[in-house]
Amino acid sequence: MRTKIQNMMMRKLAIVAAVGIVFMLSAGTASAQDWFKTGTGLGVTKARVAVPEFPVRGATPPALEKTFHDVLWADLDYCGILELVSPSFYPPQMPSQPSEVNFPEWAAAPANTYMLVYGNLFLDGTNLALAGYLSDVHNPQSPPALQKVYRGPATDDGARKLAHQFADDIVGKLSGGAAGIAQTQIAFVSTKSGTKEIWAMDYDGSNQHQLTHLKSISLTPRWSPDATRIAFTCYVPFRGITSPQICIYSAASDRLISFPRYRGSNSSPAWSPDGTQLAFMSSQGGDPEIYISDTAGGAMKKVTFAAGVNTSPAFNPKTGKQIVFVSDRAGDPVLYLANSDGTDVQKLDMPDMGYVVDPSWSPNGQLLAFSWRRPSGNFDIYIMDIVNRQLVELTRDAGRNERPSWAPDGRHLVFESTRNGKREIWSMLADGSLPRQLTYEGQNESPSWSSK
Amino acid sequence: MQVRNSRQITFALGFLAILGFLGGCKKQVATSHPAPAPAPTSAQPTVTLNATPTSVKSGDTVTLSWTSTDATDADIEPGVGKVALQGSTPVNPTDSTTYTITATGPGGSGTATARVTVGAAAPVVTPTTNNASMSELFEQNVKDAFFDFNKSDLRPDAREALTKTAEFLRSYPPVRVTIEGHCDDRGSTEYNIGLGERRAQAAKNYLISLGITADRMDTVSWGKERPFCTEQTESCWQENRRAHFVAAH
Repeated sequence: MRTKIQNMMMRKLAIVAAVGIVFMLSAGTASAQDWFKTGTGLGVTKARVAVPEFPVRGATPPALEKTFHDVLWADLDYCGILELVSPSFYPPQMPSQPSEVNFPEWAAAPANTYMLVYGNLFLDGTNLALAGYLSDVHNPQSPPALQKVYRGPATDDGARKLAHQFADDIVGKLSGGAAGIAQTQIAFVSTKSGTKEIWAMDYDGSNQHQLTHLKSISLTPRWSPDATRIAFTCYVPFRGITSPQICIYSAASDRLISFPRYRGSNSSPAWSPDGTQLAFMSSQGGDPEIYISDTAGGAMKKVTFAAGVNTSPAFNPKTGKQIVFVSDRAGDPVLYLANSDGTDVQKLDMPDMGYVVDPSWSPNGQLLAFSWRRPSGNFDIYIMDIVNRQLVELTRDAGRNERPSWAPDGRHLVFESTRNGKREIWSMLADGSLPRQLTYEGQNESPSWSSK
Repeated sequence: MQVRNSRQITFALGFLAILGFLGGCKKQVATSHPAPAPAPTSAQPTVTLNATPTSVKSGDTVTLSWTSTDATDADIEPGVGKVALQGSTPVNPTDSTTYTITATGPGGSGTATARVTVGAAAPVVTPTTNNASMSELFEQNVKDAFFDFNKSDLRPDAREALTKTAEFLRSYPPVRVTIEGHCDDRGSTEYNIGLGERRAQAAKNYLISLGITADRMDTVSWGKERPFCTEQTESCWQENRRAHFVAAH
């Protein structure tokens, strides 16, 4: 049975590798979660890939070889569309270039792999260089699906970056062109410095670094679509009053960009997909409503008009013409959809009572992830298809799980969870599998996944 | 139950702010001290000052009128300056103001004051207990309003507390307050910022209905970021669902 499916997948992959443009997941086999894969690409049989360690050559420091291999393995293992073949099934000889690959050996049991990732690392002056290859082992005559030389500093971080670049190219080839996420960043709020500041880290939790030093309270970071800026909620004093306001951090200049201060409480900025507008909550007119302005605070217009709290706006990243937001106009806070000019407001009805908050729109505009506190239980992460309103629960019985944010591949989510006692940042696949803790020190919350 | 330290700090700051304002009051009182001994050959100037009306809304016009005897110069502060020896002038105070006229002549000087209350319905009551510090008075009389889970409407106990707060604010017109909205930590970060703002505004609007002018009150939401109590119990959550008053400049 398994072999039959594998053979089918094998043929499919051969086509993908040869043509390079077919999105293999679009032709996947039917499953119980059929609706789901249209959004995430999950829930279908994963392609088997072998990732042997590179043969040691010349002067490359073993520590860099190890970092490179560990990071490459982790990236591919977590990408959501591949099944990595266990190294214990690999043939004894590790190839470093196409002429050294014994294709039938990799295609046969016990390896049974379709694709082989291989290559070599070498020192090129002060740089570390990688010659990386991806081959379809069933088509020995074809050139490798990927062959590329990468260069970077000969440091641990350099080796890490080479692995991420290579992994993203491999995932791009095997998912029909949708780039991987190994080079993306996650912004978040951390108390590690003593006060809540905005921090950023690599998607796998490495390289955590502090971005803001306001020594006050900074909350709700969100990356701009081009990943150059982060809009967030900042508590800044002005004439003796400290109030929540909108702040924008520029990653390029490592400083804050000015944004006007408004009366009352202002929070939860979200970017339009073209990066020219911000939607945010403001009580400048009395009631907390959602306003949309340009990124300098100009051309402001109010888009919600209902007594109560209206907050947590997010633009549909595909169209930019629709927003989702949280409102308690009818009692408990729940989600509403509206056009971005405020017209055509619809409540997203849920099958049960409770808080529905923290909406995050999937990159393809089809799914909403959010946290839902059901009357009986804890906060958990759910996904809803906004067309057919089908609902999937992704977390359960594991502390409070809140504030999901989609990765640009539409296959991963980052969120905050108290499942280990403290509030920390976790990521998982968008079907709830492979939860992975990314932060351990201090309290960490409100993650936002960069779009590139 | 852990009570946060920053609350004490907030009070300490509020106290300093009020001390500053009391200092200002004393200075004004001091201007009406008895005039220096008259020169033997000239009579000491006398002066009267009246304000009509004495209680107005911010920006309304008040007429100051004055007379003097034995004076060569007259000066009204704040904001009017040198004036004729008798006459009247319109003023538009935005805050409650004590106007002082000082008449000077060969025989010395005389002063008179007129108090204009802006925005307060009740007459000014000056503190009689000099020993009670302003921060103690503030703490004794200004009461926080508490709320139900996920609610920003005022319960009877909150109305009662705010009525006391309004009495105090009427009695001390110079006192300005920042009303902080706080929430327990069971909602989302973002929703709680909105909910805290609604709570602060509910308290502010109730005080406005009791005659306190809006420009003496600012609202700010701290969401769930500054809990008064950090345990996961209902009594602790209740502590954190409040509109909290802080004296401001």
